[in-house]
Amino acid sequence: MRKVYSRIDSIVGNVINVNAEGVRYGELAVVSSRYGDSLAEVIRMRGNEVSLQVYNGGRGISTGDEVRFTGHPMQVSFSDNLLGRIFDGSGQPRDNGPQLTDNLIEIGGPSVNPAKRIIPRNMIRTGIPMIDLFNTLVESQKLPIFSVSGEPYNPLLARIAMQAEVDVIILGGIGLKHDDYLYFKDTLENGGALSRTIMFVHTASDPVVEALLVPDISLAVSEKFALEGKRVLVLLTDMTNFADAMKEIAITQEQVPSNRGYPGDLYSQLASRYEKAVDFEGAGSITILGVTTMPGDDVTHPVPDNTGYITEGQYYLRNGRIEPFGSLSRLKQQVNDKTRNDHRAVMDGMIKLYAAYKESQEKKSMGFRMSEWDDKLLKYGTLFERQMMDLSVNIPLEEALDRGWQIMAECFEPQETGLKSELISSFWPKEKAEEASA
Amino acid sequence: MTTGNVVAINGNMVSVSVKGDVSMNEVGYIKVEDKRLKAEVIRVRADQAELQVFEDTKGVSVGDEVEFTAELLAVELGPGLLSTVCDGLQNPLPELAEQAGFFLQRGLYLKALDRSRKWTFTPSVAEGDTLAAGDEVGSVPEGIFRHRIMVPFGWRGSFTVTSIKAEGDYTIDETVAEVTDEDGNTRSITMVFEWPVKRAIDAYAERQRPEEPMVTKVRIIDTFLPVARGGTYCIPGPFGAGKTVLQQITSRNADVDIVIIAACGERAGEVVETLREFPELIDPKTGKSLMERTVIICNTSSMPVAAREASVYTAVTIAEYYRQMGLNVLLLADSTSRWAQAMREMSGRLEEIPGEEAFPAYLESVIAAFYERAGVVRLRNGETGSVTIGGTVSPAGGNFEEPVTQATLKVVGAFHGLSRARSDARKYPSIDPMDSWSKYPSLVDLQMVEYARDILEKGDEVGQMMKVVGEEGTALADYILFQKGEFLDAVYLQQNAFDPVDAAVGVDRQRHVFDILFRILGSKLRIDSKEKARTFFYNLRQKFIDYNGAEWESDDFNSLESEIVKMLEDVSDGLEPNAEQAYNKRGSNA
Repeated sequence: MRKVYSRIDSIVGNVINVNAEGVRYGELAVVSSRYGDSLAEVIRMRGNEVSLQVYNGGRGISTGDEVRFTGHPMQVSFSDNLLGRIFDGSGQPRDNGPQLTDNLIEIGGPSVNPAKRIIPRNMIRTGIPMIDLFNTLVESQKLPIFSVSGEPYNPLLARIAMQAEVDVIILGGIGLKHDDYLYFKDTLENGGALSRTIMFVHTASDPVVEALLVPDISLAVSEKFALEGKRVLVLLTDMTNFADAMKEIAITQEQVPSNRGYPGDLYSQLASRYEKAVDFEGAGSITILGVTTMPGDDVTHPVPDNTGYITEGQYYLRNGRIEPFGSLSRLKQQVNDKTRNDHRAVMDGMIKLYAAYKESQEKKSMGFRMSEWDDKLLKYGTLFERQMMDLSVNIPLEEALDRGWQIMAECFEPQETGLKSELISSFWPKEKAEEASA
Repeated sequence: MTTGNVVAINGNMVSVSVKGDVSMNEVGYIKVEDKRLKAEVIRVRADQAELQVFEDTKGVSVGDEVEFTAELLAVELGPGLLSTVCDGLQNPLPELAEQAGFFLQRGLYLKALDRSRKWTFTPSVAEGDTLAAGDEVGSVPEGIFRHRIMVPFGWRGSFTVTSIKAEGDYTIDETVAEVTDEDGNTRSITMVFEWPVKRAIDAYAERQRPEEPMVTKVRIIDTFLPVARGGTYCIPGPFGAGKTVLQQITSRNADVDIVIIAACGERAGEVVETLREFPELIDPKTGKSLMERTVIICNTSSMPVAAREASVYTAVTIAEYYRQMGLNVLLLADSTSRWAQAMREMSGRLEEIPGEEAFPAYLESVIAAFYERAGVVRLRNGETGSVTIGGTVSPAGGNFEEPVTQATLKVVGAFHGLSRARSDARKYPSIDPMDSWSKYPSLVDLQMVEYARDILEKGDEVGQMMKVVGEEGTALADYILFQKGEFLDAVYLQQNAFDPVDAAVGVDRQRHVFDILFRILGSKLRIDSKEKARTFFYNLRQKFIDYNGAEWESDDFNSLESEIVKMLEDVSDGLEPNAEQAYNKRGSNA
């Protein structure tokens, strides 16, 4: 039987100090207060003085409360029984279902050996041209959706979840509004996807320490499913809340802040989560799509900035559309040469023209006379935005490519597109070419 | 052996009460359950030492025993390093995977070099010869290279050979020579020895000025922003601007003997691409797989932070080792910012007074010392070898005013700044031709390059002005200048890394194509309207892009070239005076 300590020396924010012996770093303890039991984790030790971070927060904890060390680090139950269930950040049921205690696994495990990783090779089709055509999502990729509060990032995430071909969906909600939590639940339920979904939801009203656990729990469970051969899609929303929780806790612990109050290890902390995305050779895979809201729409804010350096690209969601500029899927080159031979050329060519359209639009807004070329670009831009960028467009990749050629043919002469001549000769819509020569 | 006990734990920093002597940067092992976690001493105060642990510290307990090794953090140097993939502490990753499976297991350390493999040793000294540190005693073939077996670099004084093994197959641990030092003590030389990573190898005659270009086959670099062998350069850029792709392209095409890739705190996926693709890619120069000239040190972002700091030193030490064999080595470090951040994390735990953006005050001197390990050296046998260092920087918010970028710019010889505006417009490689600079000599004639750069700058100025006054407010001559600038950018500065031909452009082709490009840029054009100017340049650009995609000196290439020349001649009135001057004098400044 492990010792019980009944004297808490200090309580600062969510951290309590206890004088204890034989404790291990990272070990879990149970703190029993009159408001119930809470888990707490050892985060610092100096001699016999042990600092614990209390998952439910320090509020209401008395210096006379009991602390019982469990002798093991944070664990979560893993089995197929998890499917269809909803839990909170510390793994307790949120859906009135039974508590699961079988087959416990540790969270925050070690990193995958880079030598055991393989090059991603499977495209994940979403039916959204701005993703499929321009920035293809790839199995085992980690991609954030950069957005601002008020944009429909959660609906976009839910739509990708519904349409993506995967075996298990794990939704990690961090600081989620209760309405959004219900939205996800209802959408997945109505779409018939709840039975292959597990939700770990920390809502905005839950204790802040639990926010830190959501990605780790979600990813530990995903890892086990992936090792069993399942293709897992992990959705994390919103990772800015995760970083803010880290900031809050670091500041109360009097750590030296590095940039806008965030702790110096923000990059490493985010990376150790996102890097769990993997394709196991001979087993399944983990793909991570996270939402990162940018405070003040500022991409240089430490959270989106550090995230961008970790993830394999990003989608910018702005004005309800996925922006072609800035949005990038780094892994698209692994798959977009196997789709259709015009895929890459159309992708690059259309974006270059769209960039030129933006310049013309700027000139127009400043009141300059529009040249014939400007007029062509303006027409192109309008068509592109309406027929490609609009989030309501839901077509497979091949159709999107054909549509791309159609749009270009409606606006330009072939040589004006800057595309290679041999592609033009095989893909330029025939009736347009005849019209032009007639 | 000095021992101690853990007294405090804070993340990956552990305080130890030490019984006996301990030295700074000494390696110690913390015994946890049945494992030994490697750690490095980073501060000593009276009988308490602070150690940064290269592993996750979960499960460490106050009172746990610590053993000190009395050795600094070191790497093994010997034949067999090439084509290995190891972590920041030189543990071979494929072998770790064999033992531990998919995941890295803490406390598992393996020797970097294969102990059972036999190498064919050929002696090059005889009994009675006098040697000093770094001198050759023999050699073994390692892939396409002649791997020199040397007197360990740390040995002081001169040594007399008392015995030397005959030609034959030996493992790296077998003694191949015995020598006596000045005091008459006998020492034996094997094919492997250790060297502390944080000390530069200095067993050479003199350091020379880097002058010979290191061809990367990237046009914008070789022509406009060249790098010299033995030089240093940095690639700062916001995320998504293509730093890593540029590094990967360089690692494939760079005209050097050996490439060391230090993936420091970046994505594991990127290393995997190199790992899986290099064995299949053939190096055109040697006809062997690229992997045979490559060493990968990879400490990716989710691997323990402290080992990240060690990884850049491990990499540069291996680079210096091969330089000692008279080879040209390129070290690509991606990214040095992650290394700086690792220093910042540790500095925070040590509760040091923070400098700018909480980076430690010694950041600049540490970065400078690292880049200074690059250089061309003349070895004592008269041969030269070089270490070129190219480091990426990931500035917070893409803002180059931050401490790591600034500290790096102070010490490098070339700056390839990537721009978000160019990468957003899909203009790759997204090196900003205006802001970037290089102090090294170019592949092509300097005056011609200056002329082209001038067109680019003036064209850009016109472009900026046009945004304000509009196309109609711009004079025809200026408009043509603008089109020339855009043309230069589109067909020369931009390069399609995914086109099999355009991806790597050799020296001859660069010189040849630049010549034609120069004639276009320098021509007085008989064009009487902006509309015609635009059409002309669009058509020309189209041809030129096809031309760039055509195999060097193929029929296609030649016919496209004559078409381009014809298009130019149709409207050209010859070269502008100062272009003509530069063109006629070409070669005299190359």
